[in-house]
Amino acid sequence: MASTASWAHPAAPAETSPHVSDEVKYTTCYMCACRCGIKVHLKGGQIRYIEGNRDHPVNKGVLCAKGSAGIMHQNSPAKLTKPLKRVGPRGSGEFKEIEWEEALTTASEWLGEIRKDDPRKLAFFTGRDQSQALTGWWASQFGTPNYAAHGGFCSVNIAAGGLYTIGGSFWEFGEPDWEQSKYFIMFGVAEDHDSNPIKTGLATLKARGAKFISVNPVRTGYSAIADEWLPIRPGRDGLFALSLAHELLRAGKVDVDYLIRYTNAPWLVIRDEGGAEDGLFARDGDGNPLCWDRNADAEANARAPGVAPALKGEVTLADGRRAVPAFQLMAERYLDAKYAPEKVAREIGIDAATIQRIAAEMARVAFEEQIEIDQPWTDWTGHRHEKMIGRPVSMHAMRGVSAHSNGFHTTRALHLLQMLLGSIDVPGGFRYKPPYPKPAPPGPKPAGKPDQVTAGSPMGGPPLGFTFGPEDLLVEADGTPRRIDHAFSWEAPISAHGIMHRVITNAWKGDPYKIDTLFMFMANMAWNSAMNTTGTAEMLTDKDPDTGEYKIPRILYVDAFYSEMVAYADIILPDTTYLERWDCISMLDRPISGADGAADAIRQPVLRPDRDVRPFQDVLLDLGFRLGLPGMTTEEGKARYPGGYSDYIVNHERTPGVGSLAGFRGVDGKSEGKGEVNPDQLQAYIDNQCFWRHELAPDERYYKHANKAYLEKAARLGFIPAPEPIVLQLYSEVLAGFRQAARGHGPVQPPDRHRERVERYFDPLPIWYPPLEEQASEDLEQYPFHAITQRPAAMYHSWGSQNAWLRQIHAANAIYLPRGRAGAMGIGEGDWVWLISRHGRVKARAKLMEGVNADTVWTWNAIGKRAGAWNLDPNAPEAREGFLLNHIIDELLPADESGHRYGLADPVTGQAAWYDLRIRIVKAGEGEGDETSPKPAPLTPPPSVGGRVGRLDYGADFRRRRN
Amino acid sequence: MNPAPSIIFFTTVSGMGYGMLAWLGLFGPLQLLSDRPGFVAPAMFVALLFIAAGLVSSTFHLGHPERAWRALTQWRSSWLSREGVAAVVTFVPALIFAFGWLFIGEASEVWGLFGLLASVGAVVTVYCTAMIYRSLRAIPNWHRGMVVANYLLLAAASGGVWLNAMLLLNRIERPFFTAVVLALVLLAWLSKILYWRDTAEPAGVSTAGSATGLGRLGRVALLETPNWEANYLQKEMVFHVGRKHADKLRLIAHFAGFVAPAVACAVIWTDVGWMNPVLAILAASSITLGLVTERWLFFAEAKHAVGLYYGVDQV
Amino acid sequence: MTDLPERAPEKRLGLVIDLDTCVGCHACAVNCKEWNTGGYHAPLTDEQPYAAGTDGIWFNRVHAFEAGEGAAGRTVYFPRSCLHCDDAPCVTVCPTGASYKRAEDGIVLVDEDLCIGCKLCSWACPYGAREYDASAGVIKKCTLCIDRIYNENLEEVERVPACVSTCPANARHYGDFNDPDSDVSRLTRERGGYDLMPEMGCAPTNKYLPPRPARKGGEGGDEVLADAESPGGVLGWIDRLLSA
Repeated sequence: MASTASWAHPAAPAETSPHVSDEVKYTTCYMCACRCGIKVHLKGGQIRYIEGNRDHPVNKGVLCAKGSAGIMHQNSPAKLTKPLKRVGPRGSGEFKEIEWEEALTTASEWLGEIRKDDPRKLAFFTGRDQSQALTGWWASQFGTPNYAAHGGFCSVNIAAGGLYTIGGSFWEFGEPDWEQSKYFIMFGVAEDHDSNPIKTGLATLKARGAKFISVNPVRTGYSAIADEWLPIRPGRDGLFALSLAHELLRAGKVDVDYLIRYTNAPWLVIRDEGGAEDGLFARDGDGNPLCWDRNADAEANARAPGVAPALKGEVTLADGRRAVPAFQLMAERYLDAKYAPEKVAREIGIDAATIQRIAAEMARVAFEEQIEIDQPWTDWTGHRHEKMIGRPVSMHAMRGVSAHSNGFHTTRALHLLQMLLGSIDVPGGFRYKPPYPKPAPPGPKPAGKPDQVTAGSPMGGPPLGFTFGPEDLLVEADGTPRRIDHAFSWEAPISAHGIMHRVITNAWKGDPYKIDTLFMFMANMAWNSAMNTTGTAEMLTDKDPDTGEYKIPRILYVDAFYSEMVAYADIILPDTTYLERWDCISMLDRPISGADGAADAIRQPVLRPDRDVRPFQDVLLDLGFRLGLPGMTTEEGKARYPGGYSDYIVNHERTPGVGSLAGFRGVDGKSEGKGEVNPDQLQAYIDNQCFWRHELAPDERYYKHANKAYLEKAARLGFIPAPEPIVLQLYSEVLAGFRQAARGHGPVQPPDRHRERVERYFDPLPIWYPPLEEQASEDLEQYPFHAITQRPAAMYHSWGSQNAWLRQIHAANAIYLPRGRAGAMGIGEGDWVWLISRHGRVKARAKLMEGVNADTVWTWNAIGKRAGAWNLDPNAPEAREGFLLNHIIDELLPADESGHRYGLADPVTGQAAWYDLRIRIVKAGEGEGDETSPKPAPLTPPPSVGGRVGRLDYGADFRRRRN
Repeated sequence: MNPAPSIIFFTTVSGMGYGMLAWLGLFGPLQLLSDRPGFVAPAMFVALLFIAAGLVSSTFHLGHPERAWRALTQWRSSWLSREGVAAVVTFVPALIFAFGWLFIGEASEVWGLFGLLASVGAVVTVYCTAMIYRSLRAIPNWHRGMVVANYLLLAAASGGVWLNAMLLLNRIERPFFTAVVLALVLLAWLSKILYWRDTAEPAGVSTAGSATGLGRLGRVALLETPNWEANYLQKEMVFHVGRKHADKLRLIAHFAGFVAPAVACAVIWTDVGWMNPVLAILAASSITLGLVTERWLFFAEAKHAVGLYYGVDQV
Repeated sequence: MTDLPERAPEKRLGLVIDLDTCVGCHACAVNCKEWNTGGYHAPLTDEQPYAAGTDGIWFNRVHAFEAGEGAAGRTVYFPRSCLHCDDAPCVTVCPTGASYKRAEDGIVLVDEDLCIGCKLCSWACPYGAREYDASAGVIKKCTLCIDRIYNENLEEVERVPACVSTCPANARHYGDFNDPDSDVSRLTRERGGYDLMPEMGCAPTNKYLPPRPARKGGEGGDEVLADAESPGGVLGWIDRLLSA
């Protein structure tokens, strides 16, 4: 077929069937949080090619830029190579190499002393941790409540907002019905968790002609391909949702049947102003919520099959108190003219006609274009339905909603809309991913009360969980927080993911107490994971003038790379890359399920480390054994998991029959969900391309919250405690309970200074309020712009900067300004500008664009790097031009009247409110240079970190081999 | 386009060499120059040296100079290959002609035929060089006949100015030749003025709208480049030269490349005695400087279509 | 061969790129890079990989454009790679025969062993499809994954270009434009696939699908919902619904 070479046509025929690889290993990607299945081709001991696994439920063969750049992650010169011990002052980056034995002995001595004294003096915080089932359990075994991962500054508003409302959530416990949805609205989503599924899903939607609306101040990424882009003002999504609710209610376009069957809309709310139970549900003697049965014209158990509940009308209960259906409270609230589109349009930044039209479109699609699937199913009452009816309107939301101080309520507002439309877990709507839905809120409750924390003993429960009421808070009798991060305190009662972004500030202050050791994993808290970056670095290096000791006495840090945080630690335990380790993506944590099936996965080592590093999880288990933690030590005093993490993954049982992995359990490897330990489980996963998936039967795929077949299966597989329906919490009694405490009821009440705040923000129905930063700023007009970040699709957090390929795409970041506004300020493309907040100023290069809300500026997140970090040349653009908005974000709000400073966070969940930031922009002067500022002094990597090549010719070996 | 020094050097110096060769090969046999060895030897030497130096320098920008011979194979389709072939082929009559003139002392008759052949070869080679640029549609500035006229006239003029200087250094007065050279300098100037006039504004052959096909949606503006720092395409083909800088350089090109040599030739033609060789040398130096400037601008101001993907609105 | 094939190629293999679904994620670009850095043109050298001035060879680069103004405008991501033109000027300018267009499938290739690194082909290409590897002294370019699409060591479904197999947004399609029933021919027909810079006369094989028009209402006549008829007050309609 090929032409033969000749003088005139000299080219030799191309080799079209070269040998590709010696070996292919399946594993799970970890270049971001998406957890795609990958096939790693190995040739001559090197990675030849990484591609998506076609059979994998998450990515179905595709792979994003980050995943495809895994080769350069593995090849990075920023990899740590040996344990390090600090020898210079903290922050100087002066280290000496030590052996693992010394490192582990030192660490276990530190930790052993703490555990004997007061385990709370260990603050153990993990960053982008995908092994929280292990790390949380380890903290609990150690006995400290001071544990969390990064969820508190990432997405807890979305997670908690969802879990407290619908028992699932956007983000990763649910997904839109990409195959059938006809109308899809996305709120505040740039590149994110579910990176590839969203892209694939959007393509699927568009191919079918479904309408895709993106509500986002910035028109990039997914928003670029939206059929309609709504350039909302940051922090106004909740008001937009409630205005849509107003329109739907006004027109009567709500799914009344759905609300009655699946939500607590008909439940009677006690109206007893000043009473202890005002705002709580009326209940019978068995604790069942009551409704008003229209047939019997009497109160009745709202959960009893066959009742005909009223949605309106104030009634008198048997005990004489007045009560009203939650629906009525809800409807009355949102029918108020203050939510009318014309009233809110200006605030939202979307004109009234558009709001009205979107509501009309949603209503039309939901009620006139309903989907009917000929699939009988049976609801929890035993009633058989011949069809599955779908309202094909779906939604998704993430960081743009989450990272505001009103994010929890905004999330609830979105779920409220979904409930009104009857589009939760129905064909064409939003769908749960097993093991969700779980009861709203799910268990367990967080441990850390005085009786649960004892020196030398494990804690009586997990450090993170879900509070059901004031009694579950981790506070002292006077209301003082018990956790170092103030999680589950009156400042953030539902901080289900902890509050990692407060740890350093609080530990430095000794608020509420001093700690001894800060133990962190993969959390770049000295740079892009911290607000007030400069201040954070100062706190990490600050010494007590009396003792000369560091205020945070000891810092133990685990990372695979020379990140900015490394310089601030005392002992560094070097981790492996994701291609060199075992991992499990567990049903106990954040599994890889899809709406049609439950799934979990593993990582297997595909390469052996070429340096003296150990997988963090192995190290953690080793430390646990050295400390004699009961879960990690046998009764004979031996290591319970001598084989390390892979041993633990297989043999650890959380409760009998339930372990890290749900697949291939039992001695024969055939049990799913629950089953005895299977010693060959990992091999079974490897043989199945490193994942397990249980496909739901067709009759189990929708209405999971009320679907008898599904609920029974979920209970059998251990997803939920019992096969009981999950009632969607349109009205949140949990929030009402906290509000009642603030009003002076119950044994646990907030200190006076928190009362008003708790009462205001613990509204049982979704509310919208301006972001707290805006409320607290006295001179807001000085800061006319909203400033937000987005994560670029080709780069994830800070890891990407040591990646030779990805950094070619994003070696620095600019600030994007609306073209018209920039012009009015005399700012042109490429000009240097100062971004000034009430907290500080940072210098950046301006870029102008059309597709951004006129009051908003934005930049890519975490591209700016400290000079020398990540083993980049100190003059790399990442350090010279790249910048962090973090420098100008204060971790605290301005002082209130009492002088107290709350965190810049959601008052319900403690979620870091990164996107509340307000700034002004000033053109930099001629003589101010062409570098960013602040620009901290360069770091020098320790000698053991490898040299940088000036030219990379990856693949040359393969070619030599070929020739 | 990136004004690479090796290509600027090659095109200007070999152009001058071929210009000289063309005059030597044409006017030598016609006995319009001089047979004096003190003139013929250095003139032939300089002409061939310029040609050879240019050709050698043109290999400097090659990734694989050792494979340069391969460039002679694709003359059927490639102007670059044709240029190479023409350059090599031209050496044959040029060397024979030089041998005859220098060692036999005969520039006419059979030897003269080789001279004419060398002259034709020189013109063909420069024509091929010009066609390399003229054939590139991707660079609309170059994709015009005036480029060919520019190259041929500039080579003829600059070669003539140099040859005139060598004649006058030998105190050989050839007012006819000086007049011819003057005319060519003026013609070359005219052609360059026309080129600059035609390329003053982008022709709009292609736009960011046509490059992306998005023009139907409105004004097309680059939002983000695929890579933060400049890549090969940007460094090689998206060269920005400041307006003020370009104007200054163009002034130099006008004056040094055309005005000064033309005035010098005109003055020499009127015969200013001992000043003639001085002026001729100044003219040769000046036109060389002018041509290098002109050639730098020829590259630096040429807008490649790929720039449309990197922020250029139209080419 | 430096001459273009005398007869039209038997197959015209190429890509269709859907600008309506491309979200600019760079997946195609990076996956291309990783396949090809070990493939036909290995390695795709990167200069200064960890310092200022970083610059590597990429066969596929993703640009972002804005078209139109304000909220009415569009952001469009634009992947750019070799279009494997029918009338490829990069081939005809090549002085050595290193650049050629295959008669059997129309793929434009560079035989590195013949390339002298004159870069003229990169000048001739209006689309920026050719990159110069200074360390190897040769031009390298997209091969349409010639070492994948016919590779008998790969499973049949994998025999597509890396950029196509990895694209999460289904924005890249591969096939034979000579086959009217192929995906690429059908998409081009149905979605108005177009040539980039037709005025350059290169007759590109690859086609781009335009973004679909924005949809800002007008469908189904939705404008504003009518008030529910409510004799019983604001919640009256619920009564009627429930008693119906």
